[in-house]
Amino acid sequence: MAETQQKKKVSGSVVITAERCKGCSFCVEFCPTDALKLSDQYNAKGYHPPVLVSQDLCNGCNICGLMCPDFAVYGFMFKKKEK
Amino acid sequence: MSSELINIDESMPVNTVEEYLRMDRMPHIWCPSCGIGTTVNCFAHALEQSGLDLQKVAIVSGIGCTGRVAGYLKLDSFHTTHGRPIPFATGLKLANPELKVVVYSGDGDLTAIGGNHFIHAARRNVDMTVILINNFIYGMTGGQVAPTTPIGATATTTPHGNFEESFNLPYLAESCGAVYVARWTAYHVRHVQKAIKEALLKKGFSFVEILAPCPTLFSRRNKLGDGLDQMIYFKENSEIKNDADTKSVGLTFQGKITVGKFVDKERTTYLDAMNEFYSKKFGDKYTPYKG
Repeated sequence: MAETQQKKKVSGSVVITAERCKGCSFCVEFCPTDALKLSDQYNAKGYHPPVLVSQDLCNGCNICGLMCPDFAVYGFMFKKKEK
Repeated sequence: MSSELINIDESMPVNTVEEYLRMDRMPHIWCPSCGIGTTVNCFAHALEQSGLDLQKVAIVSGIGCTGRVAGYLKLDSFHTTHGRPIPFATGLKLANPELKVVVYSGDGDLTAIGGNHFIHAARRNVDMTVILINNFIYGMTGGQVAPTTPIGATATTTPHGNFEESFNLPYLAESCGAVYVARWTAYHVRHVQKAIKEALLKKGFSFVEILAPCPTLFSRRNKLGDGLDQMIYFKENSEIKNDADTKSVGLTFQGKITVGKFVDKERTTYLDAMNEFYSKKFGDKYTPYKG
């Protein structure tokens, strides 16, 4: 049972354009799976952009993409592999 | 592990929102943690899902922070004088009834300076979608008190707090005759997206109010933290009540917020009413106006 659930788990990732980020951290706060955190690095404007904590946590729901006021992040789901 | 996963999908999808925006104008002027960008993001997703022909969608904005939206969307856009987006949009719609006209503006622009236009467009039921971003204050001009500022909130012009009763916008829109009335906050992104999509596909005067954080003027003057704190307040204090009586959905300073879809009804639009009336009056002598 546990194995089938493991297989069904959706996986996805996020693409972050760090230069556009203004560090509001909406994506970090409202990510349903807590897959994002603020980076220690600075971008050109002096804000901390988000980074993915772990690839396994992201399910590609794109809530970060809807939340982002600066169009700097979006999530996507991986296409299913052919058997 | 992660690099392997990314390589599975060779064609990494592009951000679909970028097709709807003038990316050469980015970064936009809105402050860090302002909620307007979030609503524009939802609007672009809603536009994508609605399946409307983009050649036949026009966006009209007034003046103000939200008034900049027309400049950032890659649609036929109209940046009008202060408070007058609805008259311009009415003209656009009457001259070319095939267009889907969207008015995207702020609370000060649409309900203070353009308040009269708002109520008359709703009364006539002109076929347009009005998206109103309510940040409780005049943002661009320096944080003056707006008709939507709740009692007790501090603004530049009311340093000891505001004592005026504020507008209950869903109630105003419904009582004037809007056919679709909804209120959401910038936190409810999926709901906003769905509400805008429904409003775009609705025939008649559809009205969506979206509460958004204003970190620089409203939050800072009232010592409410930044935009993120206000988003958390929206998250924790919003109650979803669809079909609620709009009389009961007024806003108070940092109180409970009632959100949801309040009105969804049918009514003859302005142009249909005109054609119907004159056809009855003049019979065959009248040619119905189709643009």
